[in-house]
Amino acid sequence: MTPFLPPDWLPVIFAALMAAAVLAYVVLDGFDLGVGILLPAAADEGERDRMIASIGPFWDANETWLVLGVGLLLVAFPTAHGIVLTQLYLAVAVMLAGLILRGVAFEFRGKAADRRDRRRWEAAFFAGSLLAAASQGWMLGRYILGFDGHWQAYAFALMAAIGLPIAYVFIAAAWLIWRTEGALQTRAIRWCRLSLGPVAFGILLVSVVTPLVSDRIFDRWFSLPYVVLLAPLPAATLALILGLNAVLRHMPYPGDALRHLPFWGAVGLFVLSFTGLAWSFFPYVVPERLTLWQAAAAPESLSLILAGAILVLPVILAYTVLAWRIFGGKVRELRYD
Amino acid sequence: MDPILLARIQFAANVSFHILFPAITIALGWVLLFFKLRFHATGDQRWMEAYFFWVKVFALSFALGVVSGITMSFQFGTNWPGFMEKVGNIAGPLLAYEVLTAFFLEATFLAIMLFGFRRVPGWLHTGATFLVAFGTTMSAFWIIVLNSWMHTPAGFELREGVAHATDWLAIVFNPSMPYRLAHMLIASALTVAFLMAGISAWRLLRGDDAPGVRTALRTGIIMAAVLAPAQLVVGDLHGLNTLAHQPAKIAAIEGHWQTGGRVPLLLFAIPDEAARSNRLEVGIPGLASLILTHEWDGVLRGLDDFRGEHPPVAPVFFAFRVMVGTGLLMIAMGLACAFLLWRRGALPRPLLRGLSLMTFSGWVATLAGWYVTEIGRQPWLVQGVLTTAEAAGPVAGGAIASTLAMYLLLYALLLAAYVAAIYRLAGKAAAPRPAPAALPAE
Repeated sequence: MTPFLPPDWLPVIFAALMAAAVLAYVVLDGFDLGVGILLPAAADEGERDRMIASIGPFWDANETWLVLGVGLLLVAFPTAHGIVLTQLYLAVAVMLAGLILRGVAFEFRGKAADRRDRRRWEAAFFAGSLLAAASQGWMLGRYILGFDGHWQAYAFALMAAIGLPIAYVFIAAAWLIWRTEGALQTRAIRWCRLSLGPVAFGILLVSVVTPLVSDRIFDRWFSLPYVVLLAPLPAATLALILGLNAVLRHMPYPGDALRHLPFWGAVGLFVLSFTGLAWSFFPYVVPERLTLWQAAAAPESLSLILAGAILVLPVILAYTVLAWRIFGGKVRELRYD
Repeated sequence: MDPILLARIQFAANVSFHILFPAITIALGWVLLFFKLRFHATGDQRWMEAYFFWVKVFALSFALGVVSGITMSFQFGTNWPGFMEKVGNIAGPLLAYEVLTAFFLEATFLAIMLFGFRRVPGWLHTGATFLVAFGTTMSAFWIIVLNSWMHTPAGFELREGVAHATDWLAIVFNPSMPYRLAHMLIASALTVAFLMAGISAWRLLRGDDAPGVRTALRTGIIMAAVLAPAQLVVGDLHGLNTLAHQPAKIAAIEGHWQTGGRVPLLLFAIPDEAARSNRLEVGIPGLASLILTHEWDGVLRGLDDFRGEHPPVAPVFFAFRVMVGTGLLMIAMGLACAFLLWRRGALPRPLLRGLSLMTFSGWVATLAGWYVTEIGRQPWLVQGVLTTAEAAGPVAGGAIASTLAMYLLLYALLLAAYVAAIYRLAGKAAAPRPAPAALPAE
């Protein structure tokens, strides 16, 4: 197959696709994992049932975005894939163990022998979600500082390992506000309010640290004309945080009005933060080491994948919307028959 | 320990654990669709009872397949970075197409198939069931294409040490792909056939004759009786294909050291690589020559022709005998059960007990078969193009060993939990199900 695009463009398009897949994963599995982390905070088994049921029809497809993201890294930037995954070897293993535990706990909990067995799988659900979220945070922290070996870089990764689970808890609480009612919804509103502060702090921390440690990133943000062109990004983030805070303070509203708002607001925050990071790193795929073009696979193979992606991705989006509509509204009991 | 060996053991452990679940879901998806369509055609509630029981097994198997599959997608990079660097231009698009055309399809429609029975119209639910079955089969197709290409690479050229695609049709329809795909799809069907027959027999033995149990039993036995003999034929064709493309693997399978004719079919032997001969040989003279060349004194190349480039002999030799032995047992059992079911309408208790013992025989044969073909390709990762050692990464042995221990522990726990959950489901299924509650208003 001959490339139907200037070869220089292909790596950029694939980087954008990969970034979109990772962003979709972080948002979608973010709320799944957050629900898992919030599980011990539920009042009783009925609440835990509803929390788990709220993500039941979604978690599997949500997790697939991770496979697509790492798959695109693998196929489009094989050299970078090798470097990143061997650098993060242990963290990846921990994340996988977490995802395995979370994924199977869902099934095993539903088919448990007795209450004790059920509680055990709930514990596995929680532990798996937390492990996966924390190790993803660690990987993010290591990646942002280009796998730097100083202790400060590890301290930063540790903070990211604490921060990302809190961000997941935040979007999960917003999800539960939308999908649940009654006492559980009231609790979710409180969780959402409590986690917003740390999320704002985390975003601030990353925004301050990255330009400080890298002159290149500093110049990307603070040289003309970028400092003007990019100003809307932090401004929008700040406005969104303040707006969410105001909305959450008076929730729930009569008639459950604005129930969607915190979730889509949280999605907005994730998108803004992600865009900021992406801007800082472009065009590096391994920070400070390897650019998109240096790491890209052969253009013929990339063209073939791109053709498939252009054809299939709209179909995937269409049936994802279908599933969201079928399982929309307030959560109901999940049963096979 | 040697990091390469550790990386291989880790990947093998993960792949072995993973294949257990697709081996079930690939065929069980189609069986569930069959149950549903039979229900729509006959209105007989027993088909639906069988569906509702086996859909639970499907959901459980699917979840385990997904989580172990995700692990695999990462281990390509963590364990074999050299693989993608050298053949990424071939493997990449194949894997990408698997994600795009199979993974999202399965995951999304699985939710509708599992939880949508009373939320969507009947046609959409049946459609979702079809798409899940189709998705698992597509997934099998793409990964078998890639695996076959690693055995019989075609349609590419090496430029500066990196493989570039020249002919995608030749890559997809590489010489061993049709045989391997057919062999694996039938293996999955047989795994499901004996799983269904075995669990149903176990329930009957315990006096649980709930509606749907005999339905699943009969379906499993008919599948076994038809497909187990068919697998023998397909397996034989696959073997001839291997002889043409990977003669060293066949020599290891046969435990055949020195090139020559009238090669015996060894029923048992202990291959000794140091002495480059077998001990305690028991064989049928000339039969291996007959099977592989269709002549009693056909000449087969021996392992000595491939010195330093053939796989470790003993694992391939024994795994092959485990696979074929299990397969022959499946043929005997499938035919005997089908015959008695046809003549008497029911199975005597000893046969039920036998079926119950063979519940997981499909796993044994499938794993043994994969060991034959994968170990049989060594020392190559991609036959003639890339060795396993060249593809290994720089990760230290200690890190691999510790994560290997973690994975092994996790897999052992999950396997035990999986088997226990299936028997628990089967034990509980006898209890009457509560009537479905009315749908709450939205």
